[in-house]
Amino acid sequence: MIQAVGLTKQYGGKTAVYNLSFQVRPGTVTGFLGPNGSGKSTTMRMILGLDEPTSGQVTIGGVPYRQLPNAPRKVGALLDAKAVHGGRSARQHLLCVAQLSGIPARRVDEVLGVVGLQDVAFRRSKGFSLGMGQRLGIAGALLGDPGVLLFDEPVNGLDPEGIHWVRNLMRKLASEGRTVFVSSHLMSEMALTADHLIVIGRGQLLADMSVKDFIAHHSTGYALVRTPAEGSERETFDKALAEAGGTVQAEPDGALRVTGLELPRISDIAYDSGVRLWELSPHQASLEEAYMRLTSGAVDYRSTQDPRRGLQFQQQAQAWGQQPYGPPQPPYGQPQPYGQPGYGQPGHGQQPYGQQPGWGWQPPQGQPQGQPPAALPPQQPPAVPTAPAAPPVPAAPTAPATPALNLDKSDSEDAR
Amino acid sequence: MTAPAQFPAPAPFGGGPQQPQYTSQFAPSFGSQLPVEPTTLGQAVRSEWTKIRTVRSTVWTLSVMLVLVIGINLLVIVPINDDNDPTVPVLAPGLFGLLLGQLAVITLGVLVITSEYGTGMIRTTLTACPKRSRVLTAKAIVFFLLSFVTTTVACTMTALISWSVLSGKTPGGYDLHGDHPGVVIKDGVTSASGTEWLGATIGVGLYVALLGLLALAVGTLLRHSAGAVSAMLGVVLLPLLVAIFLPSGLDTAREKLVKYSAPNSLASLYHFPMIGDGDQNGVPQLIALAVVTAVLLGAAYAALTTRDV
Repeated sequence: MIQAVGLTKQYGGKTAVYNLSFQVRPGTVTGFLGPNGSGKSTTMRMILGLDEPTSGQVTIGGVPYRQLPNAPRKVGALLDAKAVHGGRSARQHLLCVAQLSGIPARRVDEVLGVVGLQDVAFRRSKGFSLGMGQRLGIAGALLGDPGVLLFDEPVNGLDPEGIHWVRNLMRKLASEGRTVFVSSHLMSEMALTADHLIVIGRGQLLADMSVKDFIAHHSTGYALVRTPAEGSERETFDKALAEAGGTVQAEPDGALRVTGLELPRISDIAYDSGVRLWELSPHQASLEEAYMRLTSGAVDYRSTQDPRRGLQFQQQAQAWGQQPYGPPQPPYGQPQPYGQPGYGQPGHGQQPYGQQPGWGWQPPQGQPQGQPPAALPPQQPPAVPTAPAAPPVPAAPTAPATPALNLDKSDSEDAR
Repeated sequence: MTAPAQFPAPAPFGGGPQQPQYTSQFAPSFGSQLPVEPTTLGQAVRSEWTKIRTVRSTVWTLSVMLVLVIGINLLVIVPINDDNDPTVPVLAPGLFGLLLGQLAVITLGVLVITSEYGTGMIRTTLTACPKRSRVLTAKAIVFFLLSFVTTTVACTMTALISWSVLSGKTPGGYDLHGDHPGVVIKDGVTSASGTEWLGATIGVGLYVALLGLLALAVGTLLRHSAGAVSAMLGVVLLPLLVAIFLPSGLDTAREKLVKYSAPNSLASLYHFPMIGDGDQNGVPQLIALAVVTAVLLGAAYAALTTRDV
């Protein structure tokens, strides 16, 4: 078990981790989540005794890491894939690590087989891909058959097969009663792997709860309603929904997002208001969405849209649109040229990974749910964003929208 | 695309996604099958030996050292022999190659630790062995023994070569007494004393290995290959350079700088010093270097154990 109490780390004047207290229990996979620069790696390094906490302490089974009599037999760690001297072969690297704690050489060959690197065991690790480096790092973590395992971003650079393998490996390690602590910034990955989540932002604890509780606390279910009703008919319907206790938010593509009402009730209200429904579907906010919402205030590095102003000659700048770029962007808020739904704002966004095959726990959905306010059309570089007054095209290219539903898009636009 | 005509029973809101539950209600305690024993310094030494023999820089620096020491010895021995110059002690030609060869050993000493910092391997090492002083001790032992043995072997070879070429010659018309106290004339022919042999083999081997150990300490303190190598070049070369430009009022300081500079220390071990009278054997310089190395190694231990990695 890993136990941190009041863990604080300052580098110079900057506080990387502040007053962090948590427990990582055996028998479960504990996900450690946070945006870039939130202090995940610093915390991991403090657990492993590489960095000394400014205050507070962290112990493994009650003992500070640096006082463990045989650390690799108790704790295995993958810190970063490239913490390896590139001139040594995979086997030589693992051998010198194994020898430090008296682990026999045959165990080295064993773990090389476990991670699937036996064929490149005698190749210099300099030529390894990131994924092979991760496998080598995982092999190093497994060397001592430890009861506590720490993995910092283990799936970085792995292929789908590798991701699947890591996921299963972690679950298996946890099911054997080991303590497994995995950091990631991919909430979707943690949703599939972890039982418990510790979320930090700007070095402080944001959440420490089970995955199930996390979703329940930080996201709400909603019903997606589509109706051909317009004008006064629509207003009546909205009003009736509100009176029944529901909260109605218009989606940019014309759908309504209704929270606080059961589906049969919505159907009844529609019937009573004489409104036809084209769609009435239950939706669950994804873990990714919950995570983005939780950490949206704690993001250190946020991207903005590329205005490409630095490339334009003056004449072209005049010709290309009145408003080269807009007001400061909300986090993750503007659709990138890839047409991703905006996430990070309350009430918005579908987990982008949910649209990919193979992540399949998300109920299949035909429509992209998330469009940010003042949505700009998905752009083809090097187009410059058009003025906000222009009718936006809401549909993300990854999920085709129903053409008929685009008719009332201008009504719903900017409704929020 | 319209909404499906029929839905399954309305899902209660707030329910989690359908993901399998892996949480075990009671956590079984994990116990490894293998016995767990406390780690030892011997294991760390084995590990460091594996490390040092499996990187190319070791092979390169030590081969360069061997080539320089032996090659330059062969080059300088020819003119000395041709001139029949008895002012050079018999074993001293080994010095010239070693002046360059020591730089290769210094480089290796630096790389033993800075290559770990450069590649990030140090994090793996110190995670696998959180007793950091033990890691430095193991590195120091392995590197010191390796560099001492290879340097001593190289210098013993040069000493044997020099001996076989230059010994047994008659000193000709030179008056050697007083000016060249390192030159040994025995039974009317050039020879070498026991201390000269000791200095030219184990003595210089020890000195260069100590210099390498100093480089390891500097590398630990600076954590940067180029920076540490430059610093060590300064340690080796600067005392002589500074001595040249010192004003005449500082003659004592100049003398000390020259006497304890690395080139003169090696030369003294060959009984062939740049300055000073009497038969100098280089032992004071060896002791001085050992003290400096011990101090910096102490600082390196302090830095390594307290610093964040």
